[in-house]
Amino acid sequence: MLTLTCPYCGIPCDETELAAGGEAHLKRFGPGASDAEFEGYMFHRENPKGVHFERWRHAYGCGKWFLAARHTVTMEVFGTYEAQSTEPPQEVRDRITARHPGWTWRDFA
Amino acid sequence: MSDAVTALRGRSFTGMVTVEDAGPVGMVTVRADLADETVRAALAAAGSDLPEAGGLTWSDDGGTLWMSPDEALILCAADEAAQKASALARALDGSHALVADVSQARIVIRLTGRDALVREVLAKLSPADLRASAFPVGRVRRTRLGQVAAAFWFPAEGEAMLICFRSVADYAFALLSNAAAPGSDVGHF
Amino acid sequence: MSHRLPSGGRLIDRDVPVSFTFNGKTFKGLRGDTLASALLANGQLMMGRSFKYHRPRGVVAYGPEEPNALMGLGEGKTFEPNARATTTELFDGLEAKSQNHWPSLEFDLGAINARLSRFLPAGFYYKMFMWPRGFWKHVYEPVIRQSAGLGQPPRKRDADRYEHFNIALDVLVIGGGIAGLTATLAAAAAGAEVMLVEETAHWGGRAAVDGGEIDGALASDWIAEMRDRLSAMSNVRLRTRTMGAGVYDHGYALLYERLTDHAPDTAIPRHRLWKVRARQIVVATGAIERPLAFAGNDLPGVMLASAVRDYVVNHAVVPGRRTVVVTNNDDGYRTALALKAAGLEVPAILDARTDARGPLSEEARRAGLRVLTGRGVSMVEGKGRVETVYACEQAGDGTVTEDFAADCVAMSGGWSPAVHLWSHAGGKLAWNDDECMFRPDPDAAPRGADGEVFVRAAGTANGAVTTQVVLRDAFAAGQAAAEATGRRATGRAPEAEEEVRQMMVPVWIMPENAPYKRRAKAWLDFQNDVKVTDVELAAREGFESVEHAKRYTTLGMATDQGKLSNINGLAVLSHALGVPIPSVGTTTFRPPWTPITMGAIAGEARGELFQPIRRTPMHDWHEKNGAHWEPVGHWRRPYAYPQGGESVHDAVSREVTAARQSAGLLDASTLGKILVKGPDAGRFLDMVYTNMMSTLAPGKCRYGLMCGENGFLIDDGVVARLDADTWLCHTTTGGADRIHGHMEEWLQTEWWDWKVWVVNVTEQYGQIAVVGPRARDVLEAVGGDMDLSKAALPFMQWKAGTLGGIPVKVFRISFSGELSYEVQVPAGQAPALWDRLLEAGDPFGITPYGTEALHVLRAEKGFIMIGDETDGTVIPQDLGLDWAISKKKDDFLGKRAQERDHMTDPLRWKLVGLHTLDGSVLPEGAYAVDEGVNENGQRRTQGRVTSTYHSPTLKRGIAMGLVERGPDRMGEVLDFAKIDGGVVKARIVSPVFYDPEGVKQDV
Repeated sequence: MLTLTCPYCGIPCDETELAAGGEAHLKRFGPGASDAEFEGYMFHRENPKGVHFERWRHAYGCGKWFLAARHTVTMEVFGTYEAQSTEPPQEVRDRITARHPGWTWRDFA
Repeated sequence: MSDAVTALRGRSFTGMVTVEDAGPVGMVTVRADLADETVRAALAAAGSDLPEAGGLTWSDDGGTLWMSPDEALILCAADEAAQKASALARALDGSHALVADVSQARIVIRLTGRDALVREVLAKLSPADLRASAFPVGRVRRTRLGQVAAAFWFPAEGEAMLICFRSVADYAFALLSNAAAPGSDVGHF
Repeated sequence: MSHRLPSGGRLIDRDVPVSFTFNGKTFKGLRGDTLASALLANGQLMMGRSFKYHRPRGVVAYGPEEPNALMGLGEGKTFEPNARATTTELFDGLEAKSQNHWPSLEFDLGAINARLSRFLPAGFYYKMFMWPRGFWKHVYEPVIRQSAGLGQPPRKRDADRYEHFNIALDVLVIGGGIAGLTATLAAAAAGAEVMLVEETAHWGGRAAVDGGEIDGALASDWIAEMRDRLSAMSNVRLRTRTMGAGVYDHGYALLYERLTDHAPDTAIPRHRLWKVRARQIVVATGAIERPLAFAGNDLPGVMLASAVRDYVVNHAVVPGRRTVVVTNNDDGYRTALALKAAGLEVPAILDARTDARGPLSEEARRAGLRVLTGRGVSMVEGKGRVETVYACEQAGDGTVTEDFAADCVAMSGGWSPAVHLWSHAGGKLAWNDDECMFRPDPDAAPRGADGEVFVRAAGTANGAVTTQVVLRDAFAAGQAAAEATGRRATGRAPEAEEEVRQMMVPVWIMPENAPYKRRAKAWLDFQNDVKVTDVELAAREGFESVEHAKRYTTLGMATDQGKLSNINGLAVLSHALGVPIPSVGTTTFRPPWTPITMGAIAGEARGELFQPIRRTPMHDWHEKNGAHWEPVGHWRRPYAYPQGGESVHDAVSREVTAARQSAGLLDASTLGKILVKGPDAGRFLDMVYTNMMSTLAPGKCRYGLMCGENGFLIDDGVVARLDADTWLCHTTTGGADRIHGHMEEWLQTEWWDWKVWVVNVTEQYGQIAVVGPRARDVLEAVGGDMDLSKAALPFMQWKAGTLGGIPVKVFRISFSGELSYEVQVPAGQAPALWDRLLEAGDPFGITPYGTEALHVLRAEKGFIMIGDETDGTVIPQDLGLDWAISKKKDDFLGKRAQERDHMTDPLRWKLVGLHTLDGSVLPEGAYAVDEGVNENGQRRTQGRVTSTYHSPTLKRGIAMGLVERGPDRMGEVLDFAKIDGGVVKARIVSPVFYDPEGVKQDV
């Protein structure tokens, strides 16, 4: 049972107050995109045993979407941050690096 | 007018605490950037001082609940809701804001009794941390109550106010009454 | 002969007799007894039969690890199966029944399985029931179902109450023995908020029985003092009868509190499930004694050595008058000494070690007990209970050296730390060769959200063996837990004298070289009847992984989850495989520690609280007027309103006809209503709808479609523009919350710089549809300040005003094809308006109609319904809705996906109408079959029915369906397969069955 802190209201949310929203930091490809680009955007997802970036919504709460950097095996949470982010904040990356030097996830490291 | 009666029709139940229909309450939703100084000033001018994040302002006449960084819920007397909504809309004219009278969309339930027991009843139904140290008077929490969304706060020690959607008024009332059944005190808080 | 000693028994109250029944016979026990101790006190040694062979079984253990003494408790509404007699506190009027036998415990037909045991080896069921294939369904499965399972499911509705309770705290300590008490003291003294829970009704655990001194006081006095001291601390919560059931990620723990099991009272909750978010958890759950695997070790009267002395010391109960103690460690001697002190006979202590020189063995010798070293049990014999114990050399093949008349065997194979809770959240184990135990690996503790350790094992659960080490270990664990919550810990651990011990020696099979015949009678798992030879067979047959061997043999799979059998079983497996124990490893420990009731899991969610039922403002009216309810999501909507003796079908036809011919009234309050406002609202709606909403003029309405990014249709509804920068979006009933969330998601996560606010006002308003040729007359009869004429309020426009003095918005939109007004009214005033409409509409024959009439009306018009015509794989183009897809927009959600070649495939199934040739109603979901078979060898299909009704207007069956190239095949006749065989022939027609020109809605 995860506890994630909503970066908007500061509440340590119980997992039952949250809704999971899949992978974070997807770049949208719309009309004009190639088949390969659209396929990647629509269907290709990371499934790491390790560091992962996810979308969550504080559904039974302030209703805000936020992003979480989490380890899928140890369940360690490296940080939660606003959904209005195109990449993880440096401080979150630093925390991951401190635990898992050399980590990569998609284009992030 | 028929809106003097809420969806709970004035019900009340007394067990380890008293659970009762708080009666008709005026409720106005404001969607706007609550950190924006213009917005804060406009709301204050309309008589609604914005609380800090996660907090509320509260008086006998009503209050303002912080619902999210861009949502506040203004509480007032039921018969003043329409006027309040127009006043707020006027005050926010020119700002990017949405004001809606939602008095009928929600119901308000009051719980009264020993503070520890009021907290226990809520803790049976919500994952919120209900320790007085973690959830003091002056804070509001939107959370889950059984299987529905709710928000609650403590106007004073030994009293909790709870808001949920109108359609689940009966469910919420039954849920709280059941949790407050005589003899089911936990003795934890 | 009484089985109760004349004195002693630290937990019983001899002045308070308690009456109870076992298998219908009345017995007497004492307050403070468990069901197991009371049965033993009455000489009732046999308490159940085993699962597979139905062998007679007695109680083996004293606590939650008990595999045999499982009971059905209570009757009818309070019946509970599979309760352990050892953890059931006795109360006056308790009714208990043994399980797994027929017709009686003493005489059981199923015991024939035991005679057949050599034909029922491990994996027998897997091997046997493979063939012939057809036998599985008709022969094997019914027979197995008949005889499988422990206990009986309750047949009556549970009369008890249950609840949940959520708390957060600093430190949770699980286990109220001396380790738990000490850890609590250490953490609380540092200022942490601590909760200590104990699953039994008593504090102190084993120390209370085994004595010794702590801080210079008798252990039992120290325990009482510690309890008082802790209860006086404001930052400490103590709770007995509360079990740590599971430990999960991020400091979450489940506690199972049994409030009334010892004193039934249906007025208060029976069980309370605590959901704890703890920053730190200390697991002080003690250890479990291991049985020894010798032939006949499952005979009633063979018990764990610690259990024998627990019954004697705690309840003054005599498990046997003459007890042979067999051990591989010092602890077994404690039982021999306790029996001796109680005046009972111990003919011999069989110590598997080649010498016995520890202080405890010396004490036994001084007490005059006979100690035989290097000895084990060759076998135990008796009719239904222990009568003769045959001793042998442990190092030999079981040749009998001596035999003893005895009625009890106390066995001790060493102790295994109860590491379950440690392991639940991912803590790893390390093998300790000296103590022959898996103990928590301190370097692989469960870690929390912050990456730091959050579970700490303490005391014997952590592998500590002597009191002194237990106290120091637990104190350190409590301090570390407090410090991890930001406290500063000081103080010193309670002290006990150093103990000198003689190390144990591992004994996994007794004797070491026992022949097959003996090993085949040496039980590892009592509850599931797994013997040494079964595990050996599994190893021979290649089930080398402990997880595979477990499933093949069922070792450790019963309600006790192998608390007694796990370590012995995997030691036998490792021996058979010729590899060391740690490389075999353990099976996975999963919550709960012992089974918890379904009631506790459900909590309050039963009866009217099982699920929220959402009520519209008119709910009470519907109920009073005979609504036949239909659940729609959590809502209850009237399906139809049968009148008098009318059938539901007839009611639907009557309601449809009224709406077509005069006037109908529908409660449409459940439709979603979402306000969208802002300078970018038009642009935003152009992205979420397939059609253009930004160009809609204020005062007008437009039907819109919404697709997901994958192109599939997710919702539809009418959008009204309220003013220059505000739109009102209607969604389907099921779509209100979902579409509101969908809009918020895109605004928050993709277009966060767009200035748009969204508010879900669904429940602020009731919505009433007034439908039919007389709809305008009805509204005019209600009266108000609105001109509702065609000129003033044409089709697909809206207006605000008052009706009968009530403020409303009236939308001229139609989901029936008739003249139709949807009236939006503040929820609190909706019932009043509903009444006014009924009253004013009475002269026009106004008829309330339900969801089924709504469906028939829309189907007659060929209007699609989300969830009927769509199923998450249907795009608007499939439904002939190309007209609602803007060609002018560069982008909208789903546009790119709809360009994928699969979506533009000319062979896609598309919407058509279907007319059966005989006028009958097509079966729901029927498939149109085609010639030939597909690549899976299944009959090919070319379409399916999505909506099918009897149309009272057309007086025949009408249906809509998706058919391959359907619109190009008008007039063709298809075969639709029926479930019971045969086909229904139907012709492809236009999906608009009624008023194709659409004149009726536009009058």
